[in-house]
Amino acid sequence: MRDDLLVLARDLRVKFTTGVNAVNGVDFDLRQREVLCILGESGSGKSVTLRALMRLNPPTKTIMSGTLELGGRDVVQASENEMSDLRGPFVSMIFQEPMTALDPVFTIGRQITETILRHENISRRKARRRALELLELVQIPSAKRRLDAYPHELSGGLRQRAMIAIALSCRPKLLLADEPTTALDASVQIQILLLLREIQQELGMGMIFVTHDLGVAGEVADRIAVMYAGRFIEEGPVADLMRQPLHPYAKGLLGATVHEGSRGKRLTTIPGAPPDLRDLPGGCAFAPRCTEAEGACLAHLPELRTPVPDRAARCIHVDDRPAAFGERLAS
Amino acid sequence: MLLYTLRRILYAVPIALAVSLVCFMLVHIAPGDPIDAILPPDASAETVALVRKDYGLDKPLPVQFGLWLAHVVQGDFGRSIANRRLVADELVSAASKTFILATTAASLGFVIGCILGGLAGAFRGTLIDRAAVSFAVGGVSVPHYWLGMVLVIIFSVTLGWLPSMSAGPGDWAWDWLHIRHLILPAITLSVIPAGLVTRTVRGVVVEILSQDFMTTLRGKGLRRLMLTVHVMKNAAPTALAVMGLQLGYLMGGSILVETVFAWPGTGMMLNQAIFQRDIPVLQGTTLVLAMIFVALNLLVDLIQTALDPRMRRT
Ligand SMILES: Nc1ncnc2c1ncn2[C@@H]1O[C@H](COP(=O)(O)OP(=O)(O)OP(=O)(O)O)[C@@H](O)[C@H]1O
Ligand SMILES: [Mg+2]
Repeated sequence: MRDDLLVLARDLRVKFTTGVNAVNGVDFDLRQREVLCILGESGSGKSVTLRALMRLNPPTKTIMSGTLELGGRDVVQASENEMSDLRGPFVSMIFQEPMTALDPVFTIGRQITETILRHENISRRKARRRALELLELVQIPSAKRRLDAYPHELSGGLRQRAMIAIALSCRPKLLLADEPTTALDASVQIQILLLLREIQQELGMGMIFVTHDLGVAGEVADRIAVMYAGRFIEEGPVADLMRQPLHPYAKGLLGATVHEGSRGKRLTTIPGAPPDLRDLPGGCAFAPRCTEAEGACLAHLPELRTPVPDRAARCIHVDDRPAAFGERLAS
Repeated sequence: MLLYTLRRILYAVPIALAVSLVCFMLVHIAPGDPIDAILPPDASAETVALVRKDYGLDKPLPVQFGLWLAHVVQGDFGRSIANRRLVADELVSAASKTFILATTAASLGFVIGCILGGLAGAFRGTLIDRAAVSFAVGGVSVPHYWLGMVLVIIFSVTLGWLPSMSAGPGDWAWDWLHIRHLILPAITLSVIPAGLVTRTVRGVVVEILSQDFMTTLRGKGLRRLMLTVHVMKNAAPTALAVMGLQLGYLMGGSILVETVFAWPGTGMMLNQAIFQRDIPVLQGTTLVLAMIFVALNLLVDLIQTALDPRMRRT
């Protein structure tokens, strides 16, 4: 049962030496072929969480704690060499900014082959052939010529495709995508997104996907996690969570009118400002902005409650019994 | 790339012309009649007229410039007033000596600067960084001639390890007999480029390490050695540009150091020419040094363009 577990995170925390508590106890599992979407306001710690999964936050400025296992290997304790062996063949990441995420003075082909050659014992020629196949896989036109192109010679959309090709170059089991389409034109966004989903299914990868776009989340995800102040305050299957969010923050975020065809719809903004990550309140971090807040919310951090199997939320108003949830749905 | 190269070379032509004009005008900028500089004050009127005609000084200025340029292009810089030897011959000998000294010093400075700057950038904020930065500041602020004299006092006078004068006997050769003469002046001259390159490379490395693509590269599982290759290739254009400019300065700017070490290069030649008011020598030397400077700038520009794909156009 645990064999197909790609990620196991328990009380994962990331703190920066600047005093910012960016991730404050994240728990989740990710299985093979599963796609998890992380939603949340700017600054809620989505990117830091993704980078923490690969331990890519600046090493000298980051303090990581809790449990984090990738395919059964301990990421928190691993040596830098062990980590670098995982990066590429087990897990890789697509970054938000295709303009700056590629090395400007190396060709696209070289940036792919160097990854392959780093992890696999094959000849340069074979690596190059694989690079070509990858560019074709991500549907870059005249791929052969593009192998010798420099990043600045490609358009934003093509560059992001190249970025995807690099991320796929060692056939990772887990793909992380941090707002992979935000920097692109709307029409290009859809193409990249469809491509990503197609490849994910074809290669059978697990994927964690950060986005601000509800439509995208609905389209791509199996499960959704809503993040607030460095915690997953709600997690569940995409359809259930979108139809019936449990946590007041998730309700606010998803807005009153979530329905099919919400493509392109940005998350609703909620009045008030997110808490200071240097000095978090003791209880529910959302309480100061919550219309349903009461005294007990501030007393201590609400534990994760499971009203129905497979769903969880950190709110004291959520019942911990499946029956009660059913009643609420009915009413 | 070829087109770009040709265009750059074409751009250098007007600069070279302007430089020649300035060099030519030296004779006329110098206070008094240039004849006064050539002849002793008690020369007879006929002699003055003869010499004036001989040097073409009786013709209008633009014609003089044209004639002078025509000679210069053929490598004819006239004769030294002080010793009647061909300026061109003197120049070749002196320039080659200066070239040896300047390239040695620049290479030394470049290597030291890249190592120190790279380490300082990679270990920013640590003791290594602070030590390298102090060295860089010291390097660019310490007076050349003072450092040269200190080195002479330590290594020549006190320890007696290395000679303090001249470029060795006879023609230059890359053997110990000659190289031992090169060591002290080269070290003295290398300090400024080393400091500048350290500072530049440190800044560039810090900048590169903070770039997004470094995270991408780490995310691909690349080890430290491979990451270093990426950093170096990104830093190379800037580092080489600084180094090229420094080489240009060193080619012309080593008057003090060459004088301190009696190194028979263009610097020493200029120094003597100035004191002897040897205008043909002054003209020729200045012109050649300026041309070398222009050529080096051009070369640096082209290398930089070749190294950085983003700057390559057409
Ligand atoms: N290297 C770092 N050093 C210090 N603080 C950091 C660092 N990286 C991120 N942070 C801080 O961590 C917090 C979470 O940032 P993160 O980038 O994860 O937000 P996000 O949810 O991805 O937001 P966005 O939607 O804007 O991308 C922010 O307050 C940010 O300032
Ligand atoms: Mg982010």
